[in-house]
Amino acid sequence: MAAGAASGGSATTDTYKEARNWLLLPSWAVLGIFVLAPVCMMLVYSFLTKEFRGGVIWEPSLAAYDQFFFDRGLFGDEPAKIEWTYITIFWRSIWQAGAATLLSLVIGFPTAYFIATRPERVRPFWVFLITIPYWVNLLIRTVSMKFLLRDQGPLNDFLIGTGLIDSPIHIVNTNFAVQLGLFYSYLPFMVLPIYAAVERYNFSLSEAAADLYAPKWVTLRRIVLPAIKPGVIAGCILVFVPSMGSFLAPDLLGGAKNFMIGSLIEEQFKGNAGNWPFGAAASMILLTMVLIILLIFARQQSKAENAGS
Amino acid sequence: MKTMLKTTAAAIALTVGASAAAAEEKLVLYHWFEYMPQEVLDKFTTETGIKVTMDTYDSNEAMLASLKAGGMGTYDLAVPGDYMVSIMAGEGLLDTIADGELANKGNIAPEWANPSFDPGRASSIPYQWGSTSFAVNRDTYDGDIQTTDILFNPPSELSGKINMLDSQGEVIAMASLHLGIPQCSTDREQLKALNALLQRAKQHWASFNSDTAKEVLVSGDAAVGQIYDGFAAKAREEGANVEYAYPTQGYIAWMDNVVLLKDAPNRGNALKFMDFLLQPENIALVTNYAQYNAGVTGVSSFLDPALAAQPEKNPHANAGEGVFIEVCDEQTQAVYDQIWTNLKK
Repeated sequence: MAAGAASGGSATTDTYKEARNWLLLPSWAVLGIFVLAPVCMMLVYSFLTKEFRGGVIWEPSLAAYDQFFFDRGLFGDEPAKIEWTYITIFWRSIWQAGAATLLSLVIGFPTAYFIATRPERVRPFWVFLITIPYWVNLLIRTVSMKFLLRDQGPLNDFLIGTGLIDSPIHIVNTNFAVQLGLFYSYLPFMVLPIYAAVERYNFSLSEAAADLYAPKWVTLRRIVLPAIKPGVIAGCILVFVPSMGSFLAPDLLGGAKNFMIGSLIEEQFKGNAGNWPFGAAASMILLTMVLIILLIFARQQSKAENAGS
Repeated sequence: MKTMLKTTAAAIALTVGASAAAAEEKLVLYHWFEYMPQEVLDKFTTETGIKVTMDTYDSNEAMLASLKAGGMGTYDLAVPGDYMVSIMAGEGLLDTIADGELANKGNIAPEWANPSFDPGRASSIPYQWGSTSFAVNRDTYDGDIQTTDILFNPPSELSGKINMLDSQGEVIAMASLHLGIPQCSTDREQLKALNALLQRAKQHWASFNSDTAKEVLVSGDAAVGQIYDGFAAKAREEGANVEYAYPTQGYIAWMDNVVLLKDAPNRGNALKFMDFLLQPENIALVTNYAQYNAGVTGVSSFLDPALAAQPEKNPHANAGEGVFIEVCDEQTQAVYDQIWTNLKK
């Protein structure tokens, strides 16, 4: 938007700035209403007293955070120990999201590279193909995935039909199924940023490297990868962050046997527990963790840029 | 000129359409998924001219959460289960139906006219009632299934092939029946035993799922499924060789009820719909579809004759007692919530 105002022509710096501020207003409004306000609400709720069966009582309380970090036994009257339950759930989510991100990277990188190296006029077509499955609702895609993978599903039928296996491989209701589900849900978020980065990459650099007798592997590692690193990092973040909070794939493909962060939070609002402050506290802890991860990425990024310049 | 005429005509048509829509009589229903045949809603609209909008939910708790999070004033009617009627009444979410407001109130079957969860039917009418137990695939296992051991201590053929409902109330009530302990126990030894039982049993369970409780039995993904009687009957009709059990330790009985919500935007229409559902020929359409039981007198002549003969509807002589899910007080509930979190951590 600001660029549009700048190209508008002979505006002086002041009017340009003013125009920019006005034009940025919608973005700030959207951020304020849809991001900042809900997050602030959650922050406040997490420090309130829970109302039985959902809702909050407007009395400040640290009970939600206490419940998260301290274990006082089944009846709540034992001396406080460190609560491992929620740490386990968070660790499981990080691990699942990490595996899904790695899977997306392994599949998404070659895909993006392939698309970006096609002739320019057919590239939009390939990108278009990538997006087609994502026109369908996420819930439906996840359920279809379950139909494909189940013991009596087409995948197992095919493998048994070809004689590769004798009895069906159990995939549904395993951690691997959850990872596959997350991978499939968020793959385009990996492909598209990497595609954008590879497309901007100047391939004459690779040719130069080859002219200087650099093997292909070295060219990829020392020339191509550093150049497209921002795209790879953006892709990883875009897959990792939503995967951490996801609850559809764990519920449908993982059998809902173990909570992930997303399902734990959902249970506090929609389930029997009805503990809104605790759900809000778990959300805030998740948000803090994601912010820390993003900050680490950002710092490394700027370090790398400083080193480069 | 022609274009202008057309535009004006279109504008007038739009305005007329809009005012017609505003005057249209409405009813907004908040209901379980897969529980209301479209034909019933169409029949109501034809008879009264009231247009029905319906949103669905998949658990009593999800419905309560959404109503408490700002859904009040949007919906006219909801369909909570027995224990949820008392919870909602306690939360002040229900409106009272005055005497004489429902012309067909006398049609409520006498045994359901004064239930413990809504004395005197102050805010509710019966929708459907039935039982929750479990169904077993008879191709996989042909031994005795009339015991809760099938869920909590299963034979090796069934271990790892069990789907439980993803619902704290139903899982814990069933486990309490298995142990023979009260549902809102405050006895520490009993609660510890319950916690330990669920931890052990979980190793035998493949998944927790309510929405697809029927599908996993039909597809063969699960050989045992905790399930409602009507869903088990549907699974059988869809080709799964499953038998519904009435365990000797007991089973869960339930009744879903249409309740009048406080601040209902179309209160009058809501009462009309309740009266409509109290007419035997109308509620019979629901029963024929959902395959549970209606709580209205005179319904039997409108029912599909095959329904009464269903094995899912006829507990055997040795079946245990059917018990309603109980509502625990806050302190007791906190322990049960902890046990549920322990189960799923």
